[in-house]
Amino acid sequence: MRSVLSFILVFFLAFPLVAQEQKVDRASTGGAQTLEDIMARQKGLSVDDNDRRNSTGGPGSAKGITDQLGTLGGASDPELWRAIRYGSANAQSASNGDLGPVLIQSAGMPWWKFREGPLRTYGGFLLLGTIAALLLFYLGRGRIPVDGGMAGTTITRFKAFERFAHWLLAGSFILLGFTGLLSLFGRAILQPYFGKELNSVVLIASKWVHNNVSWAFMIALVIVFVLWVYHNIPNRTDLVWIKQGGGIFSDAHPPARKFNFGQKIIFWGVIVLGASVSASGLSLLFPFEIPMFAKTFAILNDTGLPQAFGLGTLQTEMSPQQEMQLAQAWHAIVSFVMMAMIIAHIYIGSVGMEGAYSAMGNGEVDEKWAHQHHSIWYDEVKGKVSTKEPAE
Amino acid sequence: MKVMLIGFAATIVIAFAADELLSNSGFSTPEVYSGPAVRLD
Ligand code: HEM
Repeated sequence: MRSVLSFILVFFLAFPLVAQEQKVDRASTGGAQTLEDIMARQKGLSVDDNDRRNSTGGPGSAKGITDQLGTLGGASDPELWRAIRYGSANAQSASNGDLGPVLIQSAGMPWWKFREGPLRTYGGFLLLGTIAALLLFYLGRGRIPVDGGMAGTTITRFKAFERFAHWLLAGSFILLGFTGLLSLFGRAILQPYFGKELNSVVLIASKWVHNNVSWAFMIALVIVFVLWVYHNIPNRTDLVWIKQGGGIFSDAHPPARKFNFGQKIIFWGVIVLGASVSASGLSLLFPFEIPMFAKTFAILNDTGLPQAFGLGTLQTEMSPQQEMQLAQAWHAIVSFVMMAMIIAHIYIGSVGMEGAYSAMGNGEVDEKWAHQHHSIWYDEVKGKVSTKEPAE
Repeated sequence: MKVMLIGFAATIVIAFAADELLSNSGFSTPEVYSGPAVRLD
């Protein structure tokens, strides 16, 4: 949760979405920028640019048409350029739809810096940190064993179709994860060592895989949701699990139905974050066709939450390019959180716990494992089995 | 194990199908980014 919050924070720090409302006295320069402004800009601090933003002339200040300067119109060249600089010029474009008239795209630079900087740094460390934490956990706790050894008899945990859906989701997610990381880090990590040609080939292939495998992920996400949502509705048993810390750092085996609370977190994490990466991913896949951030920010503003958290009113008017930049940033942030979560999931589903993998392998689990980790589910299944076969 | 491989195979099949479908229904990059006056092939 802390990582989610810090990511969101980084995200909002990286984008100057918050309107700055400080008044600076620029009487000494007649409204033009002062030395302080220039110094502040060089230090990377935010500068109140309202004066320049708004000094764009206008028809009202034009000389009469019969006047000597009448043909020059109401805006001087500097005023015209300022209007272009701040996106308020009445630009018209015969091609490229809404994109054409955006002549200077100020939000591009902060976005680019965010992608080159904090996104790679924090994202990379989140993944490495997760792996390191799991390694430490493994060294400390070891593989969680089945107490008293396996029973040797098994019961069915997942039907073939459930496993198919899981592996469709997992296979596509892992491909998407690696190709996504390549897109973000390729130029920084591959190119210096392997050269531009190889980097280019790898990234073109990555892009094809990423764009097209996304559909398998989205389809699998829907199937998995439908298959397992019923078993993932939180209930009172989860409180016991939480109280015992899931038995993660102890030898406790809290009772559980088909899925314990930890698994429910994974399930809902996958569904919610997966839906969010899918939405922002579609927005990126069909560029400029599915803008969603201005609308989302408007809804958020109405809830009053951004204001309550000191973020001010979020920007609700943005260029199509800004929409794309936000979609990229959000897509990457959510993916990083999801990858960290899934690394932990892969760990516990394979090396981390004795007897877990076969549930997704051949669908069978050892009865002892089932009894220790999912006691209520186990009893239910056994109950059903014995009512069906009373002779036993 | 077998189901896992089928899942992976399905991932690949869906990817190629998506590529075919989108390219053939007007969503290829050249088609999206060129005006009606451009002859693509
Ligand atoms: C090689 C990688 C993976 C392995 C070894 C693995 C293993 C497992 C296993 C053994 C289970 C069943 C747990 C049980 O019996 O209760 C499971 C469940 C599940 N898996 Fe995976 N998995 C992998 C990748 C993924 C990926 C990439 C995703 C999603 C993007 C995912 C999503 C889920 C979900 C939602 C469940 C049900 C909830 C849960 O048990 O946590 N898995 N996985």
